[in-house]
Amino acid sequence: MTVLESTQELGLADDRAAGPEDTPRLRPRGRGRRRGQGKLPGARIGYVFVLPFFLVFGAFSLYPWLDTAWVSLHDVRLSTYQQQSWVGLANYRELFTSSFFWNAFANTLTIGVISTVPQLVMALGIAHLLNYRLRGRTFFRVAILMPYATSLAAATVIFLELFDSRLGLVNWALHLVHLPEVDWQGSRWPAQVAISTIITWRWTGYNALIYLAGMQSIDADLYDAAAVDGAGKWRQFLHVTLPGLRPTILFTIVVSTIGAAQIFGEPLLYHNGMPDGGTQGQYQTLGLLMYQQGWTNDRLGLASATAWTMFVIILLAVVSNLLVARWRTRGELR
Amino acid sequence: MARPAPTHPLRRTATVVATLSVAALALAGCGSSSGSEANGGAGSGKCGTTDKTTLTVGLFGTFGYKENGLYDAYEKRCPNITIKQDVVEQSADYWTRLKTRLASGSGLDDVQAIEIGFVADVVKNHASQFVNWNDVPQAADLKAEFYPWKWQQASNSSGTTTVGLGTDIGPEAMCYRKDLLEKAGLPSDPTTLAQQWSTWDGFFASAKQYADSTSKQAGSAFLDSPASVFSTAVYQGTTAYAKDDGSPDVESSDGVQNAWKLATEAAADKYTAGLEQFSPAWNKAFAGGAFATLACPTWMMGYIQGQAGDDASGTWDIAPVLPGGATNWGGSWLGVPTKAQHKAAAIAFVEWLSAKQQQVAMWTSKKQGGHFPSNSQAAADPAVSQATNSYFNDAPSGQIFGKIASEMKIPPIGLYDTQIQAAMTKELINVATKGTSPDKAWTDALAAVKQITG
Repeated sequence: MTVLESTQELGLADDRAAGPEDTPRLRPRGRGRRRGQGKLPGARIGYVFVLPFFLVFGAFSLYPWLDTAWVSLHDVRLSTYQQQSWVGLANYRELFTSSFFWNAFANTLTIGVISTVPQLVMALGIAHLLNYRLRGRTFFRVAILMPYATSLAAATVIFLELFDSRLGLVNWALHLVHLPEVDWQGSRWPAQVAISTIITWRWTGYNALIYLAGMQSIDADLYDAAAVDGAGKWRQFLHVTLPGLRPTILFTIVVSTIGAAQIFGEPLLYHNGMPDGGTQGQYQTLGLLMYQQGWTNDRLGLASATAWTMFVIILLAVVSNLLVARWRTRGELR
Repeated sequence: MARPAPTHPLRRTATVVATLSVAALALAGCGSSSGSEANGGAGSGKCGTTDKTTLTVGLFGTFGYKENGLYDAYEKRCPNITIKQDVVEQSADYWTRLKTRLASGSGLDDVQAIEIGFVADVVKNHASQFVNWNDVPQAADLKAEFYPWKWQQASNSSGTTTVGLGTDIGPEAMCYRKDLLEKAGLPSDPTTLAQQWSTWDGFFASAKQYADSTSKQAGSAFLDSPASVFSTAVYQGTTAYAKDDGSPDVESSDGVQNAWKLATEAAADKYTAGLEQFSPAWNKAFAGGAFATLACPTWMMGYIQGQAGDDASGTWDIAPVLPGGATNWGGSWLGVPTKAQHKAAAIAFVEWLSAKQQQVAMWTSKKQGGHFPSNSQAAADPAVSQATNSYFNDAPSGQIFGKIASEMKIPPIGLYDTQIQAAMTKELINVATKGTSPDKAWTDALAAVKQITG
């Protein structure tokens, strides 16, 4: 999916982009033979074309989605899957009164912020630099995408070595400059920072490329006009680049928010593949909690309740992102 | 996943990424299993069938059948049979997959391994989906060969249903680094240590001596982890994590209470290196010599050898004792699903694998990984009882573990022992490394246990 398409899908396309009203319709005018019957031959065949998608969507999205809702209202263990007993909202009650849930909720929020905000800011800066006519530009563009192409497991294993409390390179460097060594595994904030570093490392280049694509679609005349008006590079960035990138930025924020709410692989591998998020649960995210409930503890009902709660949280986060964006746009138009 | 009671040494690699399939949370429940069909019996001939057959064997970790040439031997004995094994690295992942297949009633291998961590669940919830070994023609003969408790753990309380035949057991002793104890000024010959370490008090006296020693290897600790104490002592109670009927009971279990007291003492007094067992840091510590002793079920010998490497050969030894009394850690069974495609052939194969001769071969072969026979006749065989282990300073391992196996006390096992033990030992790490008070750790551990038992 290209950036432009996705921004349109999210209703974020700015005014210059073509609206969805212009979508071509299958309206076979002038084909006399069928016209009299009042039927649109193209319409039916259209359903056939979209059918494969909806079959897959139904089997792998809609059905699991509804079934998860159903399971979340039952006491279910995988081992006794045939014997589900109805418990109503008891799983949700247990979840919302559980310290494990609120711990995971807070961790998801903090890791999400620590990993997303610096990531997007850095991506913007890198994209801006790559937008200049640099020597070896293509090399740099490919290079920044390398972390994204690296396997998550491999990356996490390397970072685990770097952040090893006893033998790691990071603590060795801290020691060199006479700073105290840090327990990158056992302590809450250092561990969350370390995990956020892995996420930032992996996704910065990806977002930078998206920003770069957005920047290249900005009309060069605007920069010339700004230069004529006496704007330097920084002012050009603030007053031409940023406003031009707004839909792209909003898109990356929305996608990153969804990604942050689902952080799973990095903290899982950070504790040797165990979903407890450290011995004190210091980096257990909602995704890990759900996994632990469902697969380690074999309580699928509770895990399903967590899954649905996560879904609602993500929806709320995305909607509030969009509302903020709309409110800002309206404020500027006034 | 937590792995406090792995039967088999688990090698960790980056492949844990396979656990990332979180999206599969909602499982499609398919046809239910009837399961009460008549068991296959011996089928035709010693191989169960005369047709050309490929048997699939579902295992986890390292069972060592293939490595020790047992498949080749069977294929020679039964030329119409080909064995194909289907191995999942982590037993927890294997169990999740097995549960999924049992729930849907499809995709089961002809032979499925069952670990001590979930055998109680299989007996309680899936007994009708496995061949009942009490119904095969030579059942009485088979039963007589195994340690009675081993047969019982895979059976219901009345003993009428038995879901698997035993593979190995995990009698425990203490393994130690001779050189490290000597450096710290402690005795290092097994006979003296066996006397001193027959009780936890005596063991902790040595621990204190080691901790206070000024000549010990810098940065080293007496024990690897509080888990070495806890996971051992918990099975010395009349109950561990479950009541007689298998329902979980942690708070009032004498085994848990005593083990907690001992393990928090070891943790708080810095007798341990505070490492999580089976973590990468723990693995590295074997080669680095960061600790001098650890609780040593037979399969741990293979694990130590794998982690410490050939360079450390001869520095390790085995003290023929477990402080506080003999117990078992780990062990597995082989079951045949009633829906197995080649049931009769699978039954014949499992009977052959569990028989005395093959269990002897597993313990005595060069590539053995410490799979002590669950077949008591195999354990009594001179080839086993007189076996020594050259890596462990030629310790008489067969005699040591045979004696412990004959003295073991076996409390009832429950449905969630593995997960509960993981939750408890995790809190002990907090006591050892984060200065958490034993009382707070106990409260936190019970809260985590509540998450498991529901």
